[in-house]
Amino acid sequence: MDLAYLWFGIVGFLFIGYFVLDGFDFGVGMALPFLGKDDTDKRVMINTIGPVWDLNETWLIVAGASLFAAFPYWYATLFDGFYLALLLILLALIARGVSFEYRRLGRSDRWKSWFDWMIVVGSAVPALLWGVAFANIIQGVAIDETGTYTGTLFDLLNPYGLLGGLTTLMLFFTHGVQFLALKTDGDLRLRAQALAVRSGLITIVVAAAFLVWTVLQHLDIAHLPVLVGLAAAAAVALIGSWVANRIGREKIAFSLMAATIALAVASILAALYPNVMPSTTDPAFSLTIENASSSDYTLQVMTWVAVIMMPLVLAYQFFTYWVFRRRVTRESIPVAAH
Amino acid sequence: MVEWLDPLILARWQFGLTTLYHFLFVPLTIGMVILVAMFQTAWVRTSKLKYLHLTRLFGKIFLINFAMGVVTGIVQEFQFGMNWSDYSRFVGDVFGAPLAMEGLLAFFLEASMIGLWIFGWDKLPQKLHLAVIWLLALSTTLSAYFILAANAFMQNPVGYEINEELGRAELTDIGAVLTNPVALAQFPHTIFASLMFAAVVMVAVAAYHLSKNQYLDEMRTALRFGLVVNIVAFIGVALSGDQLGLVMVATQPMKMAAAEALYETTTAASFSLFTWGTPDGATELYSIRIPYLLSFLSTHDIMGTVEGINDLQAQYQAEFGPGDYTPIIWITYWSFRWMIGLGALAAAISVVGLWLTRGGRTPQKSWMWKVAIWSAPVPLVASLVGWIFTEMGRQPWIVFGLMKTEDGVSPGVSVLEVLISLIAFTLIYGILAVVEFKLIVRAAVDGPKDWTKYSDGSDDNGQADVDPAKLATVY
Ligand code: HDD
Ligand code: HEM
Ligand code: HEM
Repeated sequence: MDLAYLWFGIVGFLFIGYFVLDGFDFGVGMALPFLGKDDTDKRVMINTIGPVWDLNETWLIVAGASLFAAFPYWYATLFDGFYLALLLILLALIARGVSFEYRRLGRSDRWKSWFDWMIVVGSAVPALLWGVAFANIIQGVAIDETGTYTGTLFDLLNPYGLLGGLTTLMLFFTHGVQFLALKTDGDLRLRAQALAVRSGLITIVVAAAFLVWTVLQHLDIAHLPVLVGLAAAAAVALIGSWVANRIGREKIAFSLMAATIALAVASILAALYPNVMPSTTDPAFSLTIENASSSDYTLQVMTWVAVIMMPLVLAYQFFTYWVFRRRVTRESIPVAAH
Repeated sequence: MVEWLDPLILARWQFGLTTLYHFLFVPLTIGMVILVAMFQTAWVRTSKLKYLHLTRLFGKIFLINFAMGVVTGIVQEFQFGMNWSDYSRFVGDVFGAPLAMEGLLAFFLEASMIGLWIFGWDKLPQKLHLAVIWLLALSTTLSAYFILAANAFMQNPVGYEINEELGRAELTDIGAVLTNPVALAQFPHTIFASLMFAAVVMVAVAAYHLSKNQYLDEMRTALRFGLVVNIVAFIGVALSGDQLGLVMVATQPMKMAAAEALYETTTAASFSLFTWGTPDGATELYSIRIPYLLSFLSTHDIMGTVEGINDLQAQYQAEFGPGDYTPIIWITYWSFRWMIGLGALAAAISVVGLWLTRGGRTPQKSWMWKVAIWSAPVPLVASLVGWIFTEMGRQPWIVFGLMKTEDGVSPGVSVLEVLISLIAFTLIYGILAVVEFKLIVRAAVDGPKDWTKYSDGSDDNGQADVDPAKLATVY
């Protein structure tokens, strides 16, 4: 059954990849109304993530499919249980996904502003709801003996869940704005830097509250030092990111924010361990790494696939980022649409 | 409560609608990326400007469509957990593996390559950029293979063992799952069907411009190429369909019986092209029949025996207990016929088209062009009804012989939740379908109209040096 623990780590890694990468896509999307002064600005912003957003989103698909393969009971309970929340996320991702491509194909301003809003809302809703969902998973939800969630969408919208949502929303927003500072030039870059400093402050306050609350909830777990260590590291990285941003070190600010998000997800996983979905109805009904996982043979097969494919996957993703390493400028946007 | 207001029925509608909707876009993606890659290869090898124009034009249509394939696919990935969680618990150990492999092997590659292809025109060396689209085609095809292998497990479960204690199917042989005979036959069948659709879309676009007497050089090439691809792909579809029929009879004889509404076991059975009778096919007033064809399709022997619904029903009752093991006959009967008939129609039109345009001829009658344009959806509809046949013909099973559809539905999901999501998906999908259709039509009608911008002119052979900077794509 040891492979199940490895897969807990792999699924965790995939979700970290997803939140770090698609996180800044969401941030860029949400920042459109704040930083996009005119159409050219907006197009510059969209083009910073144009070549990579689909790639980043794919981390979610792979994470979901790996969850299915390695922890079918977790997959089943999670998506059946969080039905409406997931529905909203999916609708948002649909709206956002078509908009990048379709926005430029229209000719009228009204058309463009429609798709602008679809990008903004389509980015904000998942940024919020992923946090709500994950906060509820660590807090535990009402799961009965068959592994079925018995609550409703509104039970998920409790104070802790909402605070979790707000945390991811702010983290992603600031991360996206930092990405814009890193990938654009001129006036837009300066405005992005300034905005990242301001939103960074709010992020620090919200995230600190969430981390403290999370640790307080888990004082009784055996590996508390690990959880506290990860949470503390996340906090340090977040503050470091803000400082770096303040002094205009864009790369460091962005990297530290990526580290913050990664460490925050890691501390969530540490808080869960060894459960994957704790039940508030009766701890005996909780889904754990052991009782939610696939058979040993399946995990072996999947481990081989992951071990062989992951280095390759990371290599060509890195290549993509390398090809598009230059800053996007206003001059690179043709005057007339298409 | 109203009878259809039942989570099971609604979940089935939802899955059926969203998957059919996904498959509205999938064939064009699969087929078109291959055709565009061929044009781009021709451009790189010959430097003829017309191939560049064709690559860009059909590449644009491909991209508009691709976006929809991606966003509707994400929904599919999570549907199993949302609407079919007991099914997911039961088969996840087996079924999850091909899905995860699809993600790791195909989706990551494809999502990288799409970004590199769209935005890489001026950033990658020409040859590397060409390799990118071929990798894109490869990953798209690969993704189709894995998803079909997953689906094939539902048609014909292999490589598994039932774990009684946990009440689930467990994987014992991944090789068997990935080489399921159903998947091996479905794969070429689906790829060829997709090529048919992409080819007729190309023909339709070309026909539109030729009927307007514009871009003649490019459009004649596209037209002839599309017609040939369509005919070749139809031959591929027919050959692989024949194979698929054999496999189907071996694994799900009830589906073939239902496809012909054949109630009694029959030797040297005929195939009806058309029947007039009661909807369930139990009584028949009039029909047009081809002798021996059904026996041949099922067994490759004109005197072969085809089992009938009644015998199979009795057999299944003895094996699995009381219950109704027949799918809805009128759906299987007619969907099977429409699939084959529409595909044959599209191929026939293409043959006529090739004849009419032979040796540099260009038809002048406008109705001919209209036929070419309006027959574009025909292979797509054939594909959709083919899937309806496959999936409805499997009923009442969700995994043939192992789990009934009614046992797979999510226990925790309420009628209201499914209803909300069904309505939400229908609305957003409906709107986006209209938007995408308009965008594709506009791109098609525009044609290669901005063609002058790529180069400063071409020589007598139509060859030109193109400045990569002029090819840059920006959102
Ligand atoms: C252009 C579309 C098209 C055309 C012309 C045909 N098919 Fe088809 N058919 C499909 C598109 C399709 C499909 C949508 O792609 C299906 C659904 C599942 C699959 O693998 O392919 C399918 C399924 C399907 C199945 C069911 C497989 C199963 O349930 O496991 C059979 C037996 C056939 N086909 C046989 C044929 C035959 C004998 C054809 C004679 C020419 C034919 N098809 C033409
Ligand atoms: C894209 C092509 C496909 C189409 C158009 C399609 C169509 C359908 C339809 C119409 C139904 C409803 C049948 C009914 O409830 O009576 C259905 C059910 C279903 N299909 Fe497919 N299907 C496709 C591919 C797949 C694939 C590739 C898989 C698996 C990987 C799959 C898994 C299912 C499941 C789980 C159900 C629900 C249970 C059931 O009703 O049997 N389908 N599909
Ligand atoms: C019901 C089962 C299905 C699931 C779970 C599924 C899943 C997905 C997902 C998640 C995507 C988006 C990939 C991305 O973000 O890049 C996608 C797109 C796509 N799917 Fe499906 N799909 C299903 C049925 C099918 C079938 C039956 C085929 C073809 C035979 C197919 C072929 C494709 C293609 C060609 C695309 C678009 C291009 C691509 O992303 O590769 N899918 N699908």
